Amino acid sequence: MTNDLDTLRQEFLDAAAAAASLEELDHTRIDALGRKGRITDLMKAIGKLPADERRGRGAELNRIKNDVTAALDARTAELEGASLDDRLMAETVDVTLPVRPDAEGRIHPISQTLDELKAIFGEMGFTAAVGPDIEDDFHNFSALNIPEEHPARQMHDTFYLPPDAGGATRLLRTHTSPVQIRTMMAAPPPHRIIALGRTYRCDSDITHTPMFHQIEGLVVDRHTHMGHLKGCVVEFCRAYFQVDDVPVRFRPSFFPFTEPSAEVDIGCARKGGELRIGAGEDWLEILGCGMVHPNVLVNCGIDPDEYQGFAFGLGVERVAMLKYGIPDLRTFFESDLRWLRHYGFKALDVPTMTGGLAR
Amino acid sequence: MKFSLSWLREHLVTDRDLGDIAETLTMLGLEVEDIIDRAEALAPFTVGEVTACSPHPDADRLKVCVVETGSGQVQVVCGAPNARAGLKGVFAAAGTHIPGSGLDLKKTKIRGVDSAGMLCSAAELGLGDDHDGIIELSHDATVGAAAAAALGLDDPVIDIAVTPNRADCLGVHGIARDLAAAGMGTLKPLKAKAVKGGFASPINVTLDFPTDQAAACPLFIGRTIRGVKNGPSPDWLQQKLLAVGLKPISALVDITNFFTLDRCRPLHVFDADTLAGDLSVRLARPGESLPALDGKTYELDGDMTAIADADGVLSLGGVIGGESSGCTEATANVFVEAAVFDPIRTAATGRKLNIESDARYRFERGIDPASTGPGMEAATALILELCGGEASKIVTAGASPKAARTIRFNPARVLSLGGIDLAEDESVKILESLGFATKPQRGGLSVSVPSWRGDVDNEASLVEEVLRVHGFDNIPETPFGQEHVLSAPVEPAERRRIGHARRALAVRGLNEAVSWSFLGTGHARLFGGGDDALRLANPISADLTDMRPSLLPNLIAALGRNADRGEAGLALFEVGPVYHDATPEGQAMAAAGVRAGTDGQRHWLKQRRDVDLFDAKADALAALAAAGAPVDSIQIEAIAAPWYHPGRSGSLKLGPNTVLAHFGELHPGVVRAMDVNLEDRGPVAGFELYFDAIPKPRDRAGKARPALTPAPFQAVERDFAFVVDAGVSAAQVAAAAKGAERKLISQVYVFDLYTGDGQNLGPGKKSIAIAVHLQPTEATLTEAEIDGVAKKVVDAVAKATGATLRA
Repeated sequence: MTNDLDTLRQEFLDAAAAAASLEELDHTRIDALGRKGRITDLMKAIGKLPADERRGRGAELNRIKNDVTAALDARTAELEGASLDDRLMAETVDVTLPVRPDAEGRIHPISQTLDELKAIFGEMGFTAAVGPDIEDDFHNFSALNIPEEHPARQMHDTFYLPPDAGGATRLLRTHTSPVQIRTMMAAPPPHRIIALGRTYRCDSDITHTPMFHQIEGLVVDRHTHMGHLKGCVVEFCRAYFQVDDVPVRFRPSFFPFTEPSAEVDIGCARKGGELRIGAGEDWLEILGCGMVHPNVLVNCGIDPDEYQGFAFGLGVERVAMLKYGIPDLRTFFESDLRWLRHYGFKALDVPTMTGGLAR
Repeated sequence: MKFSLSWLREHLVTDRDLGDIAETLTMLGLEVEDIIDRAEALAPFTVGEVTACSPHPDADRLKVCVVETGSGQVQVVCGAPNARAGLKGVFAAAGTHIPGSGLDLKKTKIRGVDSAGMLCSAAELGLGDDHDGIIELSHDATVGAAAAAALGLDDPVIDIAVTPNRADCLGVHGIARDLAAAGMGTLKPLKAKAVKGGFASPINVTLDFPTDQAAACPLFIGRTIRGVKNGPSPDWLQQKLLAVGLKPISALVDITNFFTLDRCRPLHVFDADTLAGDLSVRLARPGESLPALDGKTYELDGDMTAIADADGVLSLGGVIGGESSGCTEATANVFVEAAVFDPIRTAATGRKLNIESDARYRFERGIDPASTGPGMEAATALILELCGGEASKIVTAGASPKAARTIRFNPARVLSLGGIDLAEDESVKILESLGFATKPQRGGLSVSVPSWRGDVDNEASLVEEVLRVHGFDNIPETPFGQEHVLSAPVEPAERRRIGHARRALAVRGLNEAVSWSFLGTGHARLFGGGDDALRLANPISADLTDMRPSLLPNLIAALGRNADRGEAGLALFEVGPVYHDATPEGQAMAAAGVRAGTDGQRHWLKQRRDVDLFDAKADALAALAAAGAPVDSIQIEAIAAPWYHPGRSGSLKLGPNTVLAHFGELHPGVVRAMDVNLEDRGPVAGFELYFDAIPKPRDRAGKARPALTPAPFQAVERDFAFVVDAGVSAAQVAAAAKGAERKLISQVYVFDLYTGDGQNLGPGKKSIAIAVHLQPTEATLTEAEIDGVAKKVVDAVAKATGATLRA
């Protein structure tokens, strides 16, 4: 008897192991354990046995039922795993296909450079002041100690607009310096401002465009002297060009609105058509600066015996060209998408001193 | 300003080399722009002597010369007519690069005769046009020595940039003075020997200005020199002028040019025999004209200083001489002028007539009035030496302008302004070496300014002189800190938001352009501009005349240029100023973007489509959101500006009067009128927003946000499809739905639009489907409550728009 049961058990275990599909396995399950299954039938028959045989027979059948159930479950899991594998394999795609396109725009090098300049001078306590592009003679020239007919005015090729109703001259600012005047006339010292923006000169060739950008700095207080100017400018050069040991040279020069006046050069080396900022045999002029001329202070109602300070100005495109190796000024304004994508900056690359100015 | 090293050495005793001198010039503020060392290019050329010269056996015009080179004899075939035995010339050995021809010389056979070198003409050396014959050097020239020295070309020429304040350095003597002060040598004083006049000048001079215009020419002195002979000037003078790029003309002209360059003392020499009576220095009269030395005739006006005789204007004082009274080879008697002309009037005259001359360049910067007399004497001496003749007594009109100014100078300012602690006697030494005189005064020094330094007029300029000579390099860098260790925002919030909008637009795939602030009048008018008050009086070209009323036209033009290059992804934006009028308030910051063509590359998963107004609207909303505008409160109106498509554009507004932005497809007629090649790219979609219209950000002290109270009850979403008249907007339907039950409805959005094609919505009808999101805050909604809200929504939308629920 026991042998018969063992044979039956083995038959179902073999059938479960041999089932090639879940469907086949289901047949085995029904054949064994279904409502009319052979093990079910045997279990139903227990009740007809004499009472003393029932217990042993029941335990035996339960063991077989458990074994068969376990074998069926194990085979089910196996077959299900294999079926998922098959499905997944059927879902295979070519992973080298391109992703959905995501257009990414670029920030213009001028904007990026202005942001860099703001980041640096912001760290030195400057705030940014603004003024209009369409200026008058007073703010652009006279107040800056550039009298009419002075040869210095010829250094500026000025764009003029029709005069205003009162006959006063209107012009496009030739530099950001009028913002100095507006700042000093709007509030009493001390001042520590930068002014950035569009400037215009009636000039157009390989190295000049009728519009370009400048940044201007102005400091007015009771004690700032030329040593501070040097300290400020040298720190700026190192921070901006991201070259710690860049040599900086101050040369005497002339601007009507500063005295003493200086031009600033940084060291560079030229090799094989490539320009490298840093220690080298050559110098590159990058900015003009000086101590605010006493006449300018007086023109703004500030007592030059009490207050003094410095001012500087530099061309934004020029320093951008030097830092990023952009060869031609005119291309800044051509809105050529090839150029913008090549020289432009990623939207999320916001320059800060603590986060790094430029990658 | 160009000068040669040897010329400088005539004014400066120095043992410094060229490198030291150049470096010092630059650090004095006389920036060296170039050093032209002609000897360098001529280094391979040597002095050779022709020892024998015989006719070429096979060519009539050629000669066979034997040249002693100093390192052996070389046979040279030469075609120059002046080649002969005994001549010393410039020899080039085989292998030498010939600057004139640009070729390397080779050993060759000319008509069967060996030639192993060359005797050079001036043209072959790149020194001039003369190639009729070979150069003949002096008999003293040493055979085998460098030819450059024998040619007088071993003298480097220095070119410096002189700033407009330094008129004194427009003469070699002034440059030497600065170098001497900086320790580069000793300044040689100018020879100042007066020439005794033998007779009274037959030509007299008067200054005939109205009293209030007398400054035009405060001093004019002159003298007649009779019996001169005006031939070519001597070699030394010609060499000097040639070296600095001036063409020798004649002895008299060369002498005036020499003093202009040597000591910044412009002079003028009239041919006395052409003058009609005495000279009058006066304002020109309207209608007068001057045929000038440059061959042009200038029309004069009453603001110009003229030197005239009885017949009319002879020259423009300090600007240019006249043709009729100029010196020629036949000139026998001259009248020499040395004068002082007003810088401003000189500049104005020069600019008006567009005359650039060495005299104008100097007078407009202000020459040393004290040089008038000594300059006249030195020029007289040189004329007598080179041209002979006899000088008259000097005639003088006017007087030298005001005496030297004095400035109060506190030497402590060198530290407090200049930042360098310099002993007082150091400062005094520097000032005195530059020609300033100092004497103690209470509270510092009284400094008298030399007559040649009209630019020095205040204490700061004295500090500059001291620093300049002591060396800007020696000013210590002083840390430039700020009061607080941590920095504050560099811009106020209302300007920072401009940068946020910029970066948001780039994130959306637009590329930032920076375009001109101006454009052509035609383009300006298409976009609401073209006002006369915003048109440049002197534009640089016809398409850059008007200040731009909008950022769009330049961007559209740029799209067109990119389209012409076959660009696919046409998407540009700009953030910058626009100009509504010419006042400071008329300038406003705007941002604009334009797109054209398809919305991206072809892709295997994604259907490509043309860009449309909704791209532009999304760009505008993204930029506004980044700039902090309350985008949830924005109303959208189907009215934009005339340059947009009338049915496919709109405005983003806050309240009835504040337009934040326009967006839409550009009017095809406007795009066509701009003459850009975009027609095959589908619509051009654009937007423009105005930062000033966005409410100013409040600078709150704290940055805390309101507490988040997430509702604990399940939210529900219900969809509704309404049939409305075609003129009803989606915004009207959504707004009505949202207002139906404010406590529960947290969001409404439109998810479908159906215009009834083929299905029976009725004529002039459309269907708008919305989703209404309900968020209970007190208890989970029952079906009955949800049905109640749904009824309110249907009623509200029906009431507001006449909508019916779609069957």
